[in-house]
Amino acid sequence: MFLSLLIFLPLVFALVLALVPERWVRPSALLLSVLHFLFSCVLFYRFDPQKATLQLVEHASWVPTFGINYFVGVDGISFWLVLLSTFLTPLVVLGSWRSITSRVRAFHLAIFVLLTSTLGTFLAMDAILFYVFFETSLIPMYFLIGVWGGPRRLYANMKFFIYTMAGSLFMLLAIIALIFMTQEQSGTMSASILDFYHLQIPFVGNTFLSTQTLLFFAFSLAFAIKVPMFPFHTWLPDAHVEAPTPGSVILAAVMLKMGTYGFMRFVLPMFPAAVESWSWLFLLLGVVGIIYGALVAMVQPDLKKLVAYSSVSHMGYVMLGLFAFNIYGATGALYQMLNHGVSTGALFLLVGMIYEKTHTRQIGDYGGLAKVAPLFTIAFLLVTFSSIAVPLTNGFIGEFLILLGTFQSHQVFGGLAVLGVILGAVYMLWAVKRVFFGAEGKVIREHHGEGFDIGARELCVLTPFVILIFWMGLFPNDFLNWSKSSVENFVQHRGHYELNLEE
Amino acid sequence: MNHALIILTLLIAPLLGFLFNGVRFRSHNAVVAGAVATGAAATSFICSLMLYFDLLKMPPESRVLATRFFDWITVGNLQVPFGFVVDQISVVMILIITGVGSLIHLFSVGYMSHDERPAKYFAYLNLFLFNMLVLVLGDNLLITFVGWEGVGLCSYLLIGFWFTDGQKAAAGMKAFVTNRIGDAGFLIGIFILFFTYNSVNYADLANLIPEMAEMSWSGPLTLATLFLFIGATGKSAQIPLYVWLPDAMAGPTPVSALIHAATMVTAGVYLFVRMSHVLVMAPLTMGVIAWVGALTALVAASIGITQWDIKRVLAYSTVSQLGYMFLAVGVGAFSAAQFHLMTHAFFKALMFLGSGSVIHAMHEEQDIRKMGGLRKYLPITHLTFLFGWLAIIGIPPFAGFFSKDEILWQAYSSPQGSKYLWFVGAVTAAMTAFYMTRLMALTFWGRSRFGQDVHPHESPPTMTIPLIVLGFLSVVGGWLGIPHVLAGILPGVPAGIFEHWLEPVTAKLGEGHGGAIVEMSLMGISVALAGLASGLAFICYLFSPQLPKQIAQMLGPVYQAVYNKYYVDEFYFARLISPLVEGSKALWLYIDINFIDKATYFAGDLVSGLAAFVKTVQNGKTQSYALYMALGVVVIMTVVLL
Repeated sequence: MFLSLLIFLPLVFALVLALVPERWVRPSALLLSVLHFLFSCVLFYRFDPQKATLQLVEHASWVPTFGINYFVGVDGISFWLVLLSTFLTPLVVLGSWRSITSRVRAFHLAIFVLLTSTLGTFLAMDAILFYVFFETSLIPMYFLIGVWGGPRRLYANMKFFIYTMAGSLFMLLAIIALIFMTQEQSGTMSASILDFYHLQIPFVGNTFLSTQTLLFFAFSLAFAIKVPMFPFHTWLPDAHVEAPTPGSVILAAVMLKMGTYGFMRFVLPMFPAAVESWSWLFLLLGVVGIIYGALVAMVQPDLKKLVAYSSVSHMGYVMLGLFAFNIYGATGALYQMLNHGVSTGALFLLVGMIYEKTHTRQIGDYGGLAKVAPLFTIAFLLVTFSSIAVPLTNGFIGEFLILLGTFQSHQVFGGLAVLGVILGAVYMLWAVKRVFFGAEGKVIREHHGEGFDIGARELCVLTPFVILIFWMGLFPNDFLNWSKSSVENFVQHRGHYELNLEE
Repeated sequence: MNHALIILTLLIAPLLGFLFNGVRFRSHNAVVAGAVATGAAATSFICSLMLYFDLLKMPPESRVLATRFFDWITVGNLQVPFGFVVDQISVVMILIITGVGSLIHLFSVGYMSHDERPAKYFAYLNLFLFNMLVLVLGDNLLITFVGWEGVGLCSYLLIGFWFTDGQKAAAGMKAFVTNRIGDAGFLIGIFILFFTYNSVNYADLANLIPEMAEMSWSGPLTLATLFLFIGATGKSAQIPLYVWLPDAMAGPTPVSALIHAATMVTAGVYLFVRMSHVLVMAPLTMGVIAWVGALTALVAASIGITQWDIKRVLAYSTVSQLGYMFLAVGVGAFSAAQFHLMTHAFFKALMFLGSGSVIHAMHEEQDIRKMGGLRKYLPITHLTFLFGWLAIIGIPPFAGFFSKDEILWQAYSSPQGSKYLWFVGAVTAAMTAFYMTRLMALTFWGRSRFGQDVHPHESPPTMTIPLIVLGFLSVVGGWLGIPHVLAGILPGVPAGIFEHWLEPVTAKLGEGHGGAIVEMSLMGISVALAGLASGLAFICYLFSPQLPKQIAQMLGPVYQAVYNKYYVDEFYFARLISPLVEGSKALWLYIDINFIDKATYFAGDLVSGLAAFVKTVQNGKTQSYALYMALGVVVIMTVVLL
């Protein structure tokens, strides 16, 4: 029952929130999300990191005719993504204390519904169930952007929705095809992801029109849009700029991971032959994403858009690590997913915090902020160091392992990706220089810079991020050991991946 | 005391100092902040001394104190412990870092006493010390890389310490980004070594590579060492990445002394001394290093001749001296490289602090054209600076003479050396003598050229004591490396102490060529060159001040090119940075906005167009549907029948 409780408790919480008096909504949301996070920490006791199996499995019949079941379980790959989602929710609630002023109740309902759908996505082991959760997550996000978003929210929302829906459609078709295939090959229909792993999917080389290649691309398209990979990334900057801060945080920190998680759960283990022959394309797009994202981030006049493009660059690293397909790349990719959740989540929160006070995100309006907001500056710098992968922060571990792994399997791509290390420092430090250093900019002259620094509440929001940045950077084994067996299993059984249920 | 505990204390003390001052960064009290920070540095120095004496008690071949605190990264075959090793090489480094570091901390107490944020300054300084110690003590390449990037970060923070000045902040950023270019090379070097030899541990590599290189192709090794050298050109300001160091002078002057002269910038030299056994297996890389070092020495010295800012002259001088150290590394004279690293740390830190004392006395004036005659006002600063001057231009028995001549001799005689390398080194030595004498003459001697309202005064004891100590070291520091041909010249001081100390842990190339007579005559030539060049500078800047201007005019564009630092910054800006920014804007505009988004809209329009068509088809009229049905039947029939 544990995983089901974990997934659906937020829905119950949403019901509770619908009933409490208006002024109690925020405190109760905070309390409930903290409780939910603590509850999710029970995973540390229930999950056995020594085993590479699927654990805490729950199974219930849903649509027996098509072999569709309610089937959830957790392994070392989804373990940290689940905890990342539950960890961020209270921080998002606390972080939006002042910035969300209208329809407070509805806002928190959306946050909790979103939490259920993200947890469901990471834990579902039935393809249809996965698809349902994967798609459901769009709805609360649609409202987050559409109701609490910026002036061009409708445009951004449309773009976001159409892009992701278009991708998912292909995935649904592919899932249906796989279900039929299970019947052909084993006699009974099954939508279980574990059964999909056993399928022998026909593959013909040197052509696009082979079953495995088509299915591979159908899934890849859905997930590549979600990640987002170059050239499907243009919905992201618009969605981020228009989304309210909490929306951006969840979108970047959790929802993008659904894409990379999808690659790890579906694409790489299910279509080994297609992966083999097309990995060059994804490595190439990964490298292009890293460099292109960094270059375009560099010239953004809007600080939030800069962070959004930096996501494109960072997620490019994750893709690179996954398609490097060795222990370093896969471990690094998984770590980088968490890092990106922490550092980009924190960056969006920071940008939101200063926007609340200055009502501008134009880098050109700033300058000399460090003088009037020293604590904010320290926090921003620390997160920047994580983002540009300075050693002893979390970012370094992920980036180093990914580059190492890529270099092992593809020297050229690895060598090119190292350029991202330089460009990352360029766009972040240039932005830092223009916002925080130098002479007083327009904003500070107009407001005299009073009250720009962060207060106690904001400090509470940021402290957990800073602790994680250094904890993950200094003691990565505290984190990696929980995923180690699963990642090793993932890498070693390339071509005949198998995920067993825990006895 | 347990050596692991000493190493831990050595590392933790500055980290605690950083946390103490970092938490109370708003404090204006320079004395408390300075006392804590200096105390932390001094604690580390005491620990270094203890470790040194512990090593001394051990037999020379097995002088190693190693400790591992915890496993840092453990993935696949990659095992990176947080491990540290104190041996002959690193103990010299930590003695320099913490010794000179403590003096510079002490100096800063006076120098930063009027600053608005002394606590922040000392916090950064302590953090730097911690990272630098990690860099030199790490027992593997990755821990060194941690310190390597860490010192770069502190350098960034300290160069941009007075961040309200946009140019200073920009200088900090330039330093970090230029260093990052080097670091990217460093990373690739680590990757190649790891995948070729399955380890990043120095001891493993030193044991493994000489054996394996004998029987296998040395391509990966050459490539790896070349990439590591790219890293070194960033951190140690060599061609082509030296451009950040002169700008780094934007930071407080003690920072220039500690980071940009004595310690951080020598990290690249340290790296190759540490990896000497690996490097000697890659002769091609050694050749590249030697020539890049020699050319950097020459180019930087030539720029140094033309600069007017006291700190910039010293900055170019540092680049030039680092070039000497790489020249030494490149010809396999590892102990000479580290020897010069040490003497340079003494005399250059001395001169930077001296320039700090001058700048302090002149109320932030840095232009030597507006100085002159300071000898009267700053007697201690002048006397100690004089020692630094004699040391750097290589007058015996001052420290620089021994270390520089050792390098020049090895550049000539080593199997990797050549007379051309020696020649470049000797010309550089003459230039060095010229620009340093020029600096002395314009700053301290001659008549005063500053206004009546400036009243220079000698600095307080917290600033002069470090100067005196470093002045003393600038004399005796060189006596640790008296060449064998001059053995017995100083009664009671044996020859080659330093070389002997490092012998068990550095690689040795085969026998060189040239005997004692050649060595003596080369020595004579370089001292004579230094004397001549100094004399020329005396004439130019003390007796006939019109002469330099006339020479500059005579040289015309050549002088302009040198004065403008060969337009390298301008070249980088016009050919690299500007196109990168403009190109990125074009990418954003043409690919993201005009191509991908337009294509998306097109697809969207296509879909809605299709929908509109479908809408007209479904018009709800029975007749239309009957028509479609009929058409459908026709189509199906056609298909079936054909």
